[in-house]
Amino acid sequence: MSKVLMKGNEAIAEAAIRAGCRHYFGYPITPQTEIAAYMAKRMPKIGGTFLQAESEISAINMVYGVSSAGLRVMTSSSSPGVSLKQEGISYLAGSDLPALIVNVQRGGPGLGGIQPSQSDYYQATKGGGHGDYHLIVLAPASVQEMADFTVKAFELADKYRMPAMLLADGTMGQMMEPVVLPAENSGKTYEKPWAVRGTENKREHNIINSLYLVPEQLEVKNLERYERYKEVEKNETLVEEYLTDDADICVVAFGIAARVSKNAINAAREKGIKAGLIRPMTLWPFPSEAIARAAERVKGFISVELSMGQMIDDIRLAESCKKPVVLCNRVGGMIPSPEQVLKAIEDMEGGER
Amino acid sequence: MAVVFQKPKALTDAPLHYCPGCTHGIIHRLVAEAIDDLGILGKTVGIAPVGCAVMAYDYFACDMVEAAHGRAPAVATGLKRAMPDRIIFTYQGDGDLASIGMAETVHAATRNENITVIFVNNAIYGMTGGQMAPTSLPGQVTQTSPYGRDVKTVGYPIKVCELLSALDAPEYIERVAVNNVKNVLNAKRAIKKAFQNQIDGKGFSLIEVVSSCPTNWGMTPQKALDWVESDMIPYYPLGVYRDKSAKEAK
Ligand SMILES: Cc1ncc(C[n+]2csc(CCOP(=O)(O)OP(=O)(O)O)c2C)c(N)n1
Ligand code: SF4
Ligand SMILES: [Mg+2]
Repeated sequence: MSKVLMKGNEAIAEAAIRAGCRHYFGYPITPQTEIAAYMAKRMPKIGGTFLQAESEISAINMVYGVSSAGLRVMTSSSSPGVSLKQEGISYLAGSDLPALIVNVQRGGPGLGGIQPSQSDYYQATKGGGHGDYHLIVLAPASVQEMADFTVKAFELADKYRMPAMLLADGTMGQMMEPVVLPAENSGKTYEKPWAVRGTENKREHNIINSLYLVPEQLEVKNLERYERYKEVEKNETLVEEYLTDDADICVVAFGIAARVSKNAINAAREKGIKAGLIRPMTLWPFPSEAIARAAERVKGFISVELSMGQMIDDIRLAESCKKPVVLCNRVGGMIPSPEQVLKAIEDMEGGER
Repeated sequence: MAVVFQKPKALTDAPLHYCPGCTHGIIHRLVAEAIDDLGILGKTVGIAPVGCAVMAYDYFACDMVEAAHGRAPAVATGLKRAMPDRIIFTYQGDGDLASIGMAETVHAATRNENITVIFVNNAIYGMTGGQMAPTSLPGQVTQTSPYGRDVKTVGYPIKVCELLSALDAPEYIERVAVNNVKNVLNAKRAIKKAFQNQIDGKGFSLIEVVSSCPTNWGMTPQKALDWVESDMIPYYPLGVYRDKSAKEAK
C-alpha cells in the first residue's frame, strides 16, 4: 500500500471516515482544528454529517444522539474544550454508549497555551467526569498511529460499549509524516440491538439511559461495567518495549515524549548505559504488567512527561514502589529535549545500586 | 360494549409518578395521541429531559433516550442527523430548556433542525422541590425566591416563544395551555401540527405548554389551574408566534 504525507490531525480524520464514521461534531480550538476542517470538506461529499456545534457541550451531546442511534461518531477538541465535554462523556459511559473523543492536548490549566502538553493524563485515564468509569485511552506516537489508533478506538468502543479517547498532543497533531492509510471500511463492526432506531412496532422500546434511582440497581450497573473493564484490561492493553531486555534503566513515556526518549536511549547506549523504553500505547488500560516485570531487574524508572508528573503515579502503583521512579519533565507547552532525558538517565546510572 | 376511552398506544402501561393534579400527565397523553393519530409510533424516538419528566422514557412506548439536563436539543440533533427518516421529539421543562439548555435550544432552532420540541412551562423547578425557574413570574414565591421574584436583582422571566420567534429560521412556534377543555383540545391540535411539520420536513417546531405544578406552587390542583388562567396566561399570551409555511403561502 502506498504512503501519503499527512498531518497527524488529518490522518485521524481520514482514518475515522475509513472506519465508517459519518458523523462529526466539533467546536473550533487550536491545535486540532484541522480535524474539523478536513471533516467539513469531506463529509458533505460522502453523505456524512459535519456540524460545527454551538459549544463542546453541545458537540458531545450530538455525539450522544448519534451513538444512541447505533452509528459510529466522533468529536475532537483540545484541553479546555475537552473539559467542557466531561459531562457528556460521563453520560456516554453511564449509558454504555461507544464514541470516539479526540483530545489534541495543549498546556493548561485554564486557557493555558496552544503548545503541546500531556497534562490531561489524569482527566483522560481517571474518568474526567463524575462517577465511576473509564475510557479506553490510546496514545499515538506517530502519524501512522494517529490513523491506526483511530480505527482501533472505534472498534474497541463498539466491542465494549464504552467511549474511547485518542490522547494526542499539539506536536502529534501538527506533525507531517508518511502514513499508510487504513483501507476503506476498516475496523470490525458489531451488532447494536440496543440502539434506538424506532421499534417499527416489532419489539419493546429500547431506552438509552444512565438514571437508576434504586441504589441496588445502580450498584449492579456499576459492577457490570467494571466486569467489562476487567475484560478490557485483560485483552486490550497495548505496550511497546524498546531495548528493555537487558535494560538497567527503564524510561517510561508515551506520545511525543516517547519519541524524544528513544533518541536519548540510543545516545545512552552509545555511551554504554543500558537504557530501555516502555511506551504505553494504551494509557487506560495501563501496561502495569510490563512495568512490574521491568521492576524485577532495573535500577529505576524515569517517567518522561509533558506535565508535572501524572503518569508517574501509575508507574509507582505498577512497580509497587520497589524501585526509585524519577520525573523528567517540561510543562506549559515545552517539550523535554533528548539531552535532558539523557542527563536523567546518566544521573540514575551514576546513582547507587 | 363500544370502547369509548382507550389509552393511546404510544403510552406504556407504566403508572405515571406525577403528583395528583399535575398537568404533565395531560401533556404526555396529548403527545401520545398525536403519535397514534399520525401512525408514527414505530419510527419515533423521544428524548426525556432532566426534570419531573425524566421518567418519560418509561412512559412513551417509542424508543427513548434520557439526555443530560438541558442537552435534549443537541441529542435530538444527533439522532435526527443520524436518522433523517425518523421522528425525533424532545420533552423538556423550563429549567431544562430555558436555563441550563438555552444555548442548545436557540441553536437547534436557528439551524431549523427538523425536530419537535414539547416545552412544559410550569414556572418552577418541579423536580428539585420548587426553586425559581427562568419562567417564574415577577413576585412569585419559590424556595429560592422566598420574598418573591425580585426583578431588580434576578431579572425578568424569559418568554421563550417571543425570544425564539426573533430568529429567522424556525418553522413553527406556538404557546398553548392545558388548564381547561378548550385549551386542551387546542393544545392537542398544536402538538399534532408540530409532529406533522416534522413529517413534512419543514423544520423546527416548538410548542410551549403552560402547565401547572400544584405541589410546588403550594396550591390545590383546582387552584393551580385557576392561577394558570389568572396569572400565567396574562404573562405568557397563548397563540401562534411563528408559522413560516402559512406566512409563505399567503
Ligand atoms: C447538571 C445538573 N444540574 C442540576 C440538576 C438538578 N435538577 C434536576 S431537575 C432540575 C430542574 C428541572 O426543572 P424543569 O426543567 O423546570 O422541570 P420540571 O421538574 O419543572 O418539570 C434540576 C435543577 C441536574 N440533574 N443536573
Ligand atoms: S412536582 Fe410539580 S411538576 Fe413535578 S410532578 Fe409534582 S406537580 Fe408535577
Ligand atoms: Mg419547570
